[in-house]
Order: sequence, then C-alpha cells, then structure tokens
Amino acid sequence: MGDMMKIGIPRSMYFYYFKDLWINFFDFLDIKLVISPETNKEIMDLGVKYSIDEMCLSMKNLIGHIAYLQGKCDYILIPRIDNYGIDNQTCTNFLALYDIINNLFDIKILNYNINLNNDETELKGLINIGKTLGLSRKEVIDAYEYACVKSGKIKKSKVLNNLRNLHSEKTKILLVGHPYNIYDKMIGEPIINMLKKLNIEIIYSDLFFVNDEYTKYSKELYWKYSRENISSITKCIDKIDGIIFLSSFPCGPDSLVNELVMRKLNKPYINIIIDDVESSGGIETRIESFVDIVCAI
Amino acid sequence: MDKVVAFPLMGNYYVPSSFLFSKISNCKILKPPAITSKTIELGSKNSPDFVCTPFKYTLGTFIECLDEEANILVQMGGGCRYGYYYELQQKILSDLGYKFDYYNLVSKGHTDIKKIYRILKEINPKLSKIKTIYYFGITVKMVKYMDKIEDYIRENAAYEINKGEFKKVYDEMLKKFSKVKTYIGLNIVYRKYKKLIKNININKPENNIKIGVIGELYTLMEPYANNYIENMLEDFGVEVKRFTNVTYLLFEKGRKTKKYLKKLNNIKYKMGADAMDNIYYTKYLIDNKYDGIIHIKSSFCTPEIGSMGIINKMCEESNMPVLFLSMDANTSNVGFETRLEAFYDMIEMRKRNE
Repeated sequence: MGDMMKIGIPRSMYFYYFKDLWINFFDFLDIKLVISPETNKEIMDLGVKYSIDEMCLSMKNLIGHIAYLQGKCDYILIPRIDNYGIDNQTCTNFLALYDIINNLFDIKILNYNINLNNDETELKGLINIGKTLGLSRKEVIDAYEYACVKSGKIKKSKVLNNLRNLHSEKTKILLVGHPYNIYDKMIGEPIINMLKKLNIEIIYSDLFFVNDEYTKYSKELYWKYSRENISSITKCIDKIDGIIFLSSFPCGPDSLVNELVMRKLNKPYINIIIDDVESSGGIETRIESFVDIVCAI
Repeated sequence: MDKVVAFPLMGNYYVPSSFLFSKISNCKILKPPAITSKTIELGSKNSPDFVCTPFKYTLGTFIECLDEEANILVQMGGGCRYGYYYELQQKILSDLGYKFDYYNLVSKGHTDIKKIYRILKEINPKLSKIKTIYYFGITVKMVKYMDKIEDYIRENAAYEINKGEFKKVYDEMLKKFSKVKTYIGLNIVYRKYKKLIKNININKPENNIKIGVIGELYTLMEPYANNYIENMLEDFGVEVKRFTNVTYLLFEKGRKTKKYLKKLNNIKYKMGADAMDNIYYTKYLIDNKYDGIIHIKSSFCTPEIGSMGIINKMCEESNMPVLFLSMDANTSNVGFETRLEAFYDMIEMRKRNE
C-alpha cells in the first residue's frame, strides 16, 4: 500500500448514512480520503449531463459527485445495499447503483455489498475492501471497531440534541426526508435555512435511535429508509406542530409511502418535492405560508 | 351478500386467474371491464403525482369493478414498488367510500405459497388443501400452455395468409380453456389447438425482420398500456420476440436470474425487479442477430430507468438499433405511432442495405 493512495468519497446518498463510520475507519488505517465538496452548480450540471433524464434528483446528484471525483483519486468508494433482512429492503436505485456507475464511468470502484439475507454484512464487505488495498483482516477489524465506537458517539450526541429540541419553547416542525436530501447543500439546506430564519425549531427524522414504530401508519412497509422516516413521525407526533415532507423528484418509495401517511395524519403537513435546484422562490412562498398556518393553530 | 371477486387486467391472464378462482372459491368472478381512457382518468385522478403508471391502471380498474358489484379485490403484487401498491390503494379506495376486502398475494418480492393459501382460505373457509393443489396445478399448466402458444403467435402472426386467423383460433382456445374441468381435459384442448395453430398457413420470408421487445412487466403484458405495440409491429410484418411472461415471472425467474448474472460480464449484481434480466435479454438479442430492440416501460419505473443507460451503451457498442418508449397514463396514439414507424423504416432500410 502506497502512502500516496487516495480514496474518493462522493458527498451524496450513502455518505449521509455512513460518513462518520467511513471517515474514522480510513483515518484509523491512515488512508487519505478525498471527499467531494458540498453540492454546487458545477456538480449538479455534471450530474444532469451524465445521468438519464428520468432518474431521480438524488441519483443525478450522486452521479455529479462521482463525475467530479473522476481523476482526482485512485479509487471511489461505492457500496451497494441490498437489504438488512427481508423486511428491510432498499429502493431499487440502491440495488442498481454500483452497476450503473460502473458502466457509466471508467473508474476503479471500491465496492462492498450488504445483503443480510445472504449473510453479507458490512464487516465482511470491509474486509474484502481491505484485501483489495492490501490490508490484513485484523487491521480491518480493529479499524471497524474503532469507527463503530466513534461514529456511534457522534450519532448519540446528535440524537440527544434532537430529543432536547423536542422540548423547545419555539414552534417545532418535523422535517421528514432522506438524509441525503435533507442535508444536501442545494436540496435540503435552503429549506433548513428558511425555517431557521422564521425562528422554527427543526426536528430531523433521521436522528432517532428506535426505527421500527412505523406500523401505526403503514403495516406492510418494507423499505428500511422509509421505515426510519415514518417511525420518527410516530415518536414525536404529540410534541410537534407540523410536518414537512421533503422528497426528490420522482422518488419511488416516497411517492407511495408519503401519500399513505399524509392521508392518516391529523397535524398540518406540507409535501415539498424538489425537482430543480436552480430556483427556490416558489418553495420559499410555500414554506412561509405553511409556517404561518402552523403558528396560527 | 354475495362475494364477488375482481382482479386487475393483464393481457389474457384473466382466463387462468378466473378459472382458478371459480374452482376454489365460493365467489362470483367479475371480469373487469376492458381498460379505456375513462379507466385511466379515474386512476390518475385518485393517484399520487409521480407513482408509476400500473398503479393508475389498476386503481382505475378497481374503481370500475367496485362500481359494478365487486367486494373482494385481489392484487398480484411483486417486487419493487408493486408489492406496496396494495396498502395505499386500499386506503385510497376506502377514503372514496367503498366497502371491500383487499388481498395482496405477493409482497416484498418473494412468493410465499403458505401465505397465498392462507388468503385463499380466508376467502373461502371451506377450501380443501387437495383441491387447491389440484386446481393450482391445472392453472399453472394453463399459463404455461398459453405462454407457449403466444410465443409462437408472436413469431408468426405477421406472416399469416388469411389476416386474423391466429387471433381467431387463439381466442377460441382461451374460451375452451376457461371451460375445462380436469387436467386431462386441459391437455386435450391444448393439443387440439396447438395442432390447429401450427397448421395455419403462413408465408414467412427467409430474411424477415425480427425485433425483441423488452422492458417493464406490466406495460409489456397489458396491450392497452403499451398501445398494442405487438399488433402494430405485426402489421409492419415483423417477427416479435418477448421474454417476459407470467410463466417466467412466477416459475422461472428465481432459477434463471443466477444463470443470467453469470453470463453478463458488465453486471455484478441483481439490479432490482427485471432490470438485470432485461440487460441479459439485450445481450441475447445482440448475440442472436436480431434487427432491433424496443425497450418499453411505464414512466417513473425506477428499476428500468437504471437499466436504460446500460442497455443503450451495449446497443451502441454493437451497432444495434434501440428505441426507448416511456408510457405515461395519457400517451396519445399519434406520436407513438410516428416514432414506431420511423424506427421500423430505419431498420428496414438497414436490412435492405446489408
């Protein structure tokens, strides 16, 4: 293993689920990372250029980040998550992601697969990656343990903060969406900033520990990430004043799940679908009037 | 109140499904009215914005069935989003004020025979196991026979000498199929009509144009959803090859996907729903020197969107003409016809210049 080797991580999709784990894992192993910058216009344009017109905005975003990283690193880390058991599947985009990227770009990919149905765990995947990089099994396991503890701690403090905010005096709005949309510079962040400017306390749907309380809204739900979103609603519905659903156009699971949940809610809600990141004028008006309604109730 | 069962339309498969239900349940079977623009309007009006089109079609059909007299709805379900349709459709329909029972046979992308049996038992508590197995067996065989004959018809219908003969004989066969009582009876009908269909006079030129049709399953199998693309191709004089049918989806997919995956050197994983299968079919069609590929899907079909880029790349590399069609709930016939004609003309010109 050369000291000069650099691994690229696109700041999109999986990054928002695994960033602390990955950063600490590779940090422990002394491997240099190149993380693509916050989404900007250049990256978004690259994404639109390389992807198929009908793909969802988040996929275009990811493809843009990978196009940006092309040539700036030796490997690009792209896992594939199939399922965490039969009841915890992922969107088909996540299943196809590796093959789409592999056929689209001429890059070296570091890939691991999580498929608990087939006994393929995260650790096994990382050990395989270690083999590609010339690392021993023991080194990888040590690094994984370290990264798990570290990322667990970071998650814990974020969750605590989120729970604390639930008791805030301000008007509280639950922001329900996939983390890769909520925290993206051009998709979710403008909305977060709008809400902060209006003096709203934002509760984040991904910052909870228990993620299986979705059955109140949907009994058959089998997408892991949708389950997490929906169970956050069950848990804090009594303490919040309104809900904002944020999805990227045309998100497959969200199109059905959000509609079902919205039909069962008894709190004010608004469904915001981001298609084009260029203009936020319309969204600003909608958010403002929604906040007015929530505050008036 | 009488129990009346209804299920969504998909091609000719209402014949085996209504056969099965009439034998193992004590309910009346309602044959859904044919899909029309009114069905789609009803479906679209009550669906979320960017759900895939089969949701709108089946919802529209269900509304029409409930308006007639149905009170038990059965949805097939499947992998991808299809397995989740049921919960939302149930909510939408009950919000509209209908009273009904709704059953989903397959969810989470895997077929659970025990669960299906439980559902059937719920519909008809007097159901016996042996009877179920027996009639299930006949239905499976019926589907397989239908798919076999349909494959043959797709290959040859363009070249029949007396126009419409294939369709006439096949429709007759379906009518007889719906009346069979025993396993042996089914075999006798099948053998008779197989002979009749093979004896239909055709005039197939040696170097005929062959086009493979691949894509998303519902849009492929429900002729209204794909604007009768197969009939249009047959009118052009084209031999059509289609891989996706119920036999494949229910009985062969599990086994064959592993084999397909091994044969593809540009794909490492299964890509969800039928995406990887379609990539394999592309390879098959290229290797077997077909003249063109038509990839057809409903709009917003996520797995197929993922496969499109790869299919396009494969076709470009091997100089294979390919046409991508995305069928929305309101695709008008005219633009569709023009595109298909242009595609056919291009293929025909290539063929002549060879």
